[in-house]
Amino acid sequence: MTSKIKRGVSLYSFQEELFLGTMNLDDVVGFAASIGAPGIEILPEQNMPTFPNISDQQIGEWQDRLARHGAHFTCYDMFLDTKLRKGEVMSDAEQVASIVRDIKLCNRLGIKNMRVLIFVRPDILEQCVPYAEQYDVHLGVEVHAPWYLDHAWILRTIEVADRLKTSHLGILPDMGIFMKHYPPAFRGRFERQGARPEVAQFIVDSHEQKIMCEYTIYEVAVKMGGNKAEVAMAETLRHAPFANPRRIADFAPYFRHIQAKFYEMTPDCTDPSIAYDEVIPQLVKAGWEGTLSSEYEGNRWIQDVEDVDSREQVRRQHVMFEKLIAQAEADIGAVA
Amino acid sequence: MFDKFLIDAASLRNIGPAEAPTGFAFEAKLGYYRGLGLSMIEELNVSIDGDAVAREAVTFDEGEGPITLDAMETAYDRRWPFGTPATIAVAHPGGFPAGEHKLGFQQKLRVSYLPFPSFNNDEKVVSL
Repeated sequence: MTSKIKRGVSLYSFQEELFLGTMNLDDVVGFAASIGAPGIEILPEQNMPTFPNISDQQIGEWQDRLARHGAHFTCYDMFLDTKLRKGEVMSDAEQVASIVRDIKLCNRLGIKNMRVLIFVRPDILEQCVPYAEQYDVHLGVEVHAPWYLDHAWILRTIEVADRLKTSHLGILPDMGIFMKHYPPAFRGRFERQGARPEVAQFIVDSHEQKIMCEYTIYEVAVKMGGNKAEVAMAETLRHAPFANPRRIADFAPYFRHIQAKFYEMTPDCTDPSIAYDEVIPQLVKAGWEGTLSSEYEGNRWIQDVEDVDSREQVRRQHVMFEKLIAQAEADIGAVA
Repeated sequence: MFDKFLIDAASLRNIGPAEAPTGFAFEAKLGYYRGLGLSMIEELNVSIDGDAVAREAVTFDEGEGPITLDAMETAYDRRWPFGTPATIAVAHPGGFPAGEHKLGFQQKLRVSYLPFPSFNNDEKVVSL
């Protein structure tokens, strides 16, 4: 069978180069298209300096840029500043108004998927559904670690979508939920900050065995007398779950876009941490149609000691995707 | 995030009359992967050799004019865009002290989706 999975890149992946000015937006879009990942996920609050005031001319410039490189938009990453005012939380009406502002801009950009931050309340999203339908934007709640597909908070959004019988509300998984192995880049950073190798190894081993994080944190903080870096490393386990990839098929009808989170790719194009080798076959088997959008988040773990090369990291991830998708197609074809 | 890239060391300069500077200024970026409204930038702490400068002595200017940290709290229509330098000016009679000194710069951000404030820290040895 041939899968309909498409490949793309979130501009988030190039935050290091865009921040430093060593790449511009044209460079990034051109690069993505050059590696067969022409689907562009945009963070307007990162990539549009005049946000939220975006003119038709600016939108035209974006469309020209995409056309020039044979690329297209896939997803709009929204934010919601509920703490805009010090000491108080935005009213529900203001929250809805902010999201509707984003839905309209998303529509003006010709984008049909919106990444909704996971902390946005399901009842707020329920109020946004009529606008999502009117402007044809799918609101996808980001399933981000330490949440996972079956988490009760996520099920609340699914419940709203089912009850409203809407195709414009669902989820948007971040593949960080499938962290099978502790990322070497995390460990390296904590060791540079003073974590002793034997304590770091204990934490890595505990993660490998899937021991519930609070046992490990207590062990490191109290019994081992962990230093600041060691305790901080142990505490990352709270955000390092390995969710069951076999649940993907059950949730596939609710998502159209995936944030393909990763922290590092090895030179032989494998991910030492996120279980893409288990995730991709599930997506192919489910017949999922959508975009795997690279979300490289390794820069913050290595920028203290080395120059970040997001291009090479993203390139390696797409080599892996091509291989895993082809392999899954062959395997499933052989079974069928 | 982006800690070591916050302060642009080469931009450090005195402000005010050359013979009697009233303070110093430098360019800095926001340590975040997106831009942020000024009302959510709670603190911009500047220090020299570890000694904190008074909050009232610091002003911020992303291009729309200098503004104090107190005034930033309600500057709902201004933003510090991603990856864009802004001017941090510090009232400090005599200007930046002569010779090499550690210039510290800490940002405290109110990020709505985080349960706690977000801190970014840079410290660079600089001289005029």
